Amino acid sequence: MAATISDLEELSRRIRFELVKISHRAKTAHLGGALSCVDILVAAYWAALNIDPAAPFAPDRDRLILSKGHAVSALYATLAVKGFFPVSELETYNQNGGHMPEQPSPGCVLGVEWATGSLGHGLPVGAGMALAGKIKKRDYRVLVVMSDGECEEGSVWEAAMFAAQHRLNKLMAVVDFNKWQATGRSREILALDPLKAKWEAFGWHCHEINGHDLAALVDVMGTTVGRSERPIAIIAHTIKGKGVSFMEDDNNWHYRSPTAEEVVKAAAELKIT
Amino acid sequence: MRDAFAKEITELAGKNPRLILLMGDIGNHLFDRYRELYSDRFYNCGVAEANMIGVAAGLAASGFHPVCYTITPFATTRCLEQIRVDLCYHHVPVIVVGTGSGLSYASLGATHHSCEDVAMLRVLPGMKVLCPGDPLEVRGCLRAAVQEQGPVYLRIGKKGEPSVHQQVPNVEIGKCIVVKKGTSVCLLNSGHTLPIALEAAAQLDDLGISTEVASFHTVKPLDQDYLRNAFDAFQVIASVEEHSTLGGLGGSVAEWLSEQESVKARFMRFGTPDEFVHLAGDQAYVRDCFGLTPENIAAKVSGKVRRHLQTPLNKLSATS
Repeated sequence: MAATISDLEELSRRIRFELVKISHRAKTAHLGGALSCVDILVAAYWAALNIDPAAPFAPDRDRLILSKGHAVSALYATLAVKGFFPVSELETYNQNGGHMPEQPSPGCVLGVEWATGSLGHGLPVGAGMALAGKIKKRDYRVLVVMSDGECEEGSVWEAAMFAAQHRLNKLMAVVDFNKWQATGRSREILALDPLKAKWEAFGWHCHEINGHDLAALVDVMGTTVGRSERPIAIIAHTIKGKGVSFMEDDNNWHYRSPTAEEVVKAAAELKIT
Repeated sequence: MRDAFAKEITELAGKNPRLILLMGDIGNHLFDRYRELYSDRFYNCGVAEANMIGVAAGLAASGFHPVCYTITPFATTRCLEQIRVDLCYHHVPVIVVGTGSGLSYASLGATHHSCEDVAMLRVLPGMKVLCPGDPLEVRGCLRAAVQEQGPVYLRIGKKGEPSVHQQVPNVEIGKCIVVKKGTSVCLLNSGHTLPIALEAAAQLDDLGISTEVASFHTVKPLDQDYLRNAFDAFQVIASVEEHSTLGGLGGSVAEWLSEQESVKARFMRFGTPDEFVHLAGDQAYVRDCFGLTPENIAAKVSGKVRRHLQTPLNKLSATS
């Protein structure tokens, strides 16, 4: 049975709480950028993409690459809730000798398609996966989730040109546009605007949406692919730290992890009982 | 060497449907025959090498065995991080081919020289580094490389290099090929300087110093079995390569040597020095400046042999 928007909202709240908890337990950074992409992941895994935890290596599965590897806590929590591995295993996140490093390693847990962490790698690799699908005449889609700061990497635009040149129309790039990067506002460091015009100039179809509007995410990610020969860029306007009021749009949460008291406050805001 | 590469990759692509050739807008007409036969497995990725390596990794993760071809500095150091993260960290079967290595494009200036590439790629975990010595070894190395399950770097010259072998040798990665037997001196060569090493050996033979030449077509993994025997058998061993003496074959052997208990042979390295070339000059000119000539190698090695023979063996063992 297809998930309703209200189901997806509940999943988003649950996943946000899981990653607040593991960030507290493991004392890890990058929580703000993890929270900003949760709705994108939920829409992708529960509605837009064809990904089955019972068949993680199925040749025709859709592929999601989280190119902003620093937000992998969000992916781990998503994969756990989706059923790739038990949610209890999230307790091993960033523990010495564990399988879930602070940025993903190759094959670290089921469901992680590619190890990332150094920015600007996901889109070229995703383009390669999409090209393989095209050559083999398979229908799978490849979705690459990137950060806005990541779009400063030249390799992103090399891949953008390549994907348009070779009409990789099963490739989607979602920019989690939370307007912050490590040390400040992305607009004040290396402005991306006009970002939509940039993607269009590179030969992509580009949709600009509210990255926390699950219905819009499901619609754009689920229905636009393959309508023309162009790859699809989705600029998802998001809020860093989304879902927990005292973390929202505050770049300190690129660095700090929540206290036990803050975890309790976050649980109340996320309606976790 | 590049013609041998083009011919071999075309033949291999006919037998192996997983092979797919990516290139960085180089090799005018070099791959015409390949493209004619396998147009769906040929992609000119343009002047965008970082993307080419990433695309290759994505293809490899999806069942292909990509081969990425362009001029050496752009195939290697330009996109070193993509090679490190996307190819080596993920340990995917991708062959990176650097063409015009070393000083092959000497006259184009130091941007087109590659005397550091072996040093940088061989430290990457899981990466195998192949430096064939003649066009037939290029073919043998490529045949071996397509059997690998992980990343391989294949470092080749340009065109017109003479053939040393009579036929394509059966290349086993990590096992050198002795191309000339000798008893006093051994020259370990990696890459397209093989004819220089052979000519130096001939000159040493003429001086009464019997010289062996081994083609180290594999720099990593190093053929330690051969080295162990050679350092016990010969008086002088010298590495020859069109690469910096830092980090290439010479550097690799020096590292290995530093952990051996005691050996008979003295070791020397011939390669490029720790500097860029700033003046105009073709390959022969720059080789001459750097002492990468048969005459210089023969002179330096014969001098070392004479000095070595003057040192009593009992004194050597007392100090070792």
